[in-house]
Amino acid sequence: MTNTTADARAAPLPPGTKAPEFRLPSTPDQTVSLAEFRGQPVILAFYPEDWSPVCSDQMALYQELLPEFRKFNAELLGISVDGIWSHLAFARDRNLHFPLLADFEPKGEVARSYQAYRSAEGTTERALFVIDADGIVRWSYISPVGVNPGADGILRALENLEEEGGS
Amino acid sequence: MSTTQWDAALAIPVDEDRDHIQGRADAPVTLVEYGDYECPYCGAAYPIVKEVQARLGDTLRFVFRNFPITTSHPHAEQAAEAAEAAAAQRKFWEMHDLLYENQRRLGDQDLRGYADQLGLDVELFDKELVEHVHAPRVREDFMSGVRSGVNGTPSFYINGTRHDDSYDLETLLAALEQAASAPQ
Repeated sequence: MTNTTADARAAPLPPGTKAPEFRLPSTPDQTVSLAEFRGQPVILAFYPEDWSPVCSDQMALYQELLPEFRKFNAELLGISVDGIWSHLAFARDRNLHFPLLADFEPKGEVARSYQAYRSAEGTTERALFVIDADGIVRWSYISPVGVNPGADGILRALENLEEEGGS
Repeated sequence: MSTTQWDAALAIPVDEDRDHIQGRADAPVTLVEYGDYECPYCGAAYPIVKEVQARLGDTLRFVFRNFPITTSHPHAEQAAEAAEAAAAQRKFWEMHDLLYENQRRLGDQDLRGYADQLGLDVELFDKELVEHVHAPRVREDFMSGVRSGVNGTPSFYINGTRHDDSYDLETLLAALEQAASAPQ
């Protein structure tokens, strides 16, 4: 019901859309592709930058919630335009134990395909996507960039998936 | 339609039997804090909450729930469990205050020292911490916060609605006073 229109947030790729495939580095010698997770839900958390205070709280919260996400057999992937060495240092410093993917080259290409790129800043939006086992976007949300969106929306989306897709 | 928006509201109502509460059950304003004992922002909010409590007196009921973010704060979980262990011996608020007044000293020895200082049964306190007797309660608080839209600490709720504005003294006080004068 509540609509926020005051700021210029992009509209993310809507529910019902096929989630664009991607393959991105998660370490200097490993890549992760969306297709690997077919058969289970995936949470894509785009965040603007490693090290900025809001992101860190958000990622720390998600780390804390990994056991809850696992209850839904869901995989969490963080994505930003930072390079892989920044991601590694960030993950180590903040004790993050889920993949942080580098949408680094071509810069922001994956974010663009999810309609979650901020051209003016050269970073991704603070955008969340829940993708179902068949690779379809089932929930998407873009938060004001300075606001940590929390995790309630993700959990609601995962619960809805479970209710609807009981087969 | 596709991008859900929702109001951040307290998912689990305040329960006089379950929650840690200061103030009267019939107070017109209830302030709920989700906090982490090792979080410096919560430490900064601690004296502010004390001040609004002093100023508003019986108008305000204050509730504290645990939201330890252990990824960032390695001592936060044990400190939260220590406060719950103190609660089991009816000294929750005394321990709560000691923890916030000594945020940089939250090691196991420190916690034991605070238990001793408060005259708790230290042996029982230790045992409960080692066995993580109160971990489920802390997690329950944490998840109730997640479901209420807590996205960092401290998060405040005034009469059940998340306070998204600053929690500096003037702003928080004004928001509480407004809630107090709003028709129920």
